[in-house]
Amino acid sequence: MSTEILMPALSPTMEEGKLSKWLVKEGDTVKSGTILAEIETDKATMEFEAVDEGKIGQILVAEGTEGVKVNSPIATLLADGEAPGAAPAKKAAQKADKADAPKEAKSGAPKEEKSDSASSAPKFQAPSDPEVPEGTEMVMTTVRDALRDAMAEELRRDELVFLMGEEVAEYQGAYKISQGLLDEFGARRVIDTPITEHGFTGLAVGAAFDGLKPIVEFMTWNFAMQAMDQIINSAAKTRYMSGGQMSCPITFRGPNGAASRVAAQHSQDYAAWYASVPGMKVIAPYSAADAKGLLKAAIRDPNPVCFLENEMLYGKSFPVPKLEDYVLPIGKARICRTGSDVTIVSYSITVGQALEAAEKLAEEGIEAEVIDLRTLRPLDMDTVLESVKKTNRIVTFEQAWPVCSIGSEVCSRVALEAFDYLDAPPTKVSGKDVPMPYALNLEKLALPTVDDLIEAVKEVCYRS
Amino acid sequence: MPEAAKSNSESLKKLYHDMLLIRRFEERAGQLYGMGLIGGFCHLYIGQEAVVVGLMGAAKQGDQQVTSYRDHGHMLAQGLDPKAVMAELTGRSTGLSRGKGGSMHMFSNEKKFYGGHGIVGAQVPIGTGLAFANQYRGSKAVSLTYFGDGAANQGQVYESFNMAELWKLPVIYVIENNHYAMGTSVKRSSAVSDFSKRGSSFGIPGINVDGMDVEAVQSAGAEAMDYCRSGKGPIILSMNTYRYRGHSMSDPAKYRSKEELTEYREKRDPIENFGKKLIERGMVNEQDLKQMDAEVKKVVVEAAEFATESPEPGVEELYTDIYA
Repeated sequence: MSTEILMPALSPTMEEGKLSKWLVKEGDTVKSGTILAEIETDKATMEFEAVDEGKIGQILVAEGTEGVKVNSPIATLLADGEAPGAAPAKKAAQKADKADAPKEAKSGAPKEEKSDSASSAPKFQAPSDPEVPEGTEMVMTTVRDALRDAMAEELRRDELVFLMGEEVAEYQGAYKISQGLLDEFGARRVIDTPITEHGFTGLAVGAAFDGLKPIVEFMTWNFAMQAMDQIINSAAKTRYMSGGQMSCPITFRGPNGAASRVAAQHSQDYAAWYASVPGMKVIAPYSAADAKGLLKAAIRDPNPVCFLENEMLYGKSFPVPKLEDYVLPIGKARICRTGSDVTIVSYSITVGQALEAAEKLAEEGIEAEVIDLRTLRPLDMDTVLESVKKTNRIVTFEQAWPVCSIGSEVCSRVALEAFDYLDAPPTKVSGKDVPMPYALNLEKLALPTVDDLIEAVKEVCYRS
Repeated sequence: MPEAAKSNSESLKKLYHDMLLIRRFEERAGQLYGMGLIGGFCHLYIGQEAVVVGLMGAAKQGDQQVTSYRDHGHMLAQGLDPKAVMAELTGRSTGLSRGKGGSMHMFSNEKKFYGGHGIVGAQVPIGTGLAFANQYRGSKAVSLTYFGDGAANQGQVYESFNMAELWKLPVIYVIENNHYAMGTSVKRSSAVSDFSKRGSSFGIPGINVDGMDVEAVQSAGAEAMDYCRSGKGPIILSMNTYRYRGHSMSDPAKYRSKEELTEYREKRDPIENFGKKLIERGMVNEQDLKQMDAEVKKVVVEAAEFATESPEPGVEELYTDIYA
């Protein structure tokens, strides 16, 4: 039984091509690898090889023919001992109609089903913070020590957890976050790396694929840009690409955002970059208690987590509950201050400024509700929307650049999902749209201030 | 035939069989691509079969593998079901990644195969991390980290070499030198074209291997694995090999001469030559090889049918496997 040789697609976009030249003639014997013809695609002229062995029966498309559709028969191939006139078998090679079948099924699907499937994206339900039992002692702790305690507790708890990064061991941490960890856990589990972000990030991702639970410290998140491909393409996407077979339980952490007087390359908030990536979780805490409870949660989480700290907060003290195992839920915002007139949404260091602004506003009779997002992906929009439905006004407040920021996302979601509740346009206060300048006066101008926020709040409250 | 000789003969026949399976599988994959049943990029392993088959012939259970997007052969050489591999190429629910990874992104926890990576060179630190995990756990497994002559010029490769030697990690860097990084020849892209020397500034030894000779690959692989397992750290195997097809399906490969390709295909083909050797040694006859070819073809045809008849993933799969 003869088979049809079909016009091949030789590029991802090719729909038809020119059969430039036949390199075999009727009656020629071919085997796999024999070059049959030259075909001009939309990109190049390609050689087309035989896959099966046999004898060329009929050439159905003459050389020089243009616009030959992909999957149309261009010749017949005879099996051993077969006469040339034999009718080509329809089914012998998988035919084009078969190839199209799944496509038709897809485009034929009813439209409602499409929108259904889009809205069937799993809606994230944020769990609440666990109750801190009454009478629990609160210990004033710096964010630095809270982060160290979180890592130490998780290193003690799980042998698969290890810490890796530049200066994390013998130097005791460039910002002293890992102080004392080498002494307690040894060089096998607290590992100094060479200055090689791309390399050690990829290495840690490989170790996580194999089931270890690395904590990767970036001296600052600015240096993680060297490792961006491993964070996004390898860590965040592999579970999906493997149909759920592979897991990447890794925590990337370090200081993020502007420090002080270190200029453009060392002062950037990466929150929006990582928060835009499906497969990634992103946390940016403000208080020491949240830093501790959420870092412990991040280390235990089976997904890759970017944990964005802030250098300016490291030395700041907050009350932290003295509990044996204080773990907070990822994906839950915190209402830091309740109020009825306006919702202020922030994260990381600017939460402190937002609280300060709220106190000043209260003196003028404006009661602001301040929400600390804490987790930036998944974003706890339920808490934000509920607040906006009460206050009818929202101002987002962040240090990041204004374009495509977390504030942009929150404002757009509020406009889309709570439009009818709004009494004023959703408003954004952010860092200025410039690289961070070095000069003291310019640096100050580039960052958002308490006064900027107060002004924006008054505007949405129609107060001057 | 004494037992030892018999088992030797069987294992050599398996090498031949596995190379042939990859060749026939890839030819069929090329055909399905031509019919529009496989989309996107599709990188065939035809010509390079001896590399992965020879190394798998030397590897032990528990050894890990990771490679680039030219990964179909690596999957098959580990005994993964050709049906599941082909069904991934056609993007069907029965594929290894349930149709969500495609030709370039396939994985198997069971076989310790860690991908299938689409970004040139990215698998090198990942493979080094697998070796790190072996050392951390105190296991004797070795990480086989494959990459091409093109990837050998990526910075992260040398970052990995440095850490691997510094920490004496059990990783074999298999550089599959098929002479062309897409269209750029080694001569035009590499200051030093002897890839066995690429680790020399880190103190990593390297061996040049005829990657068209499956027995040479197997024996170099065994030597490298002994080296790694004994705790001496990483080692490089520079495999001199050749891909017959273009870089991907849409590459006409006009950057090399017909004579060069013909030379490899006709004089150095790993399957043809090894078949002849087996006949010379009296282990098989022509008829045995023909029969093996027929059996392999049947497997591949069945895989193609399975891959074209299986359903596409359900629409609910759009949102699964993003988070644990």
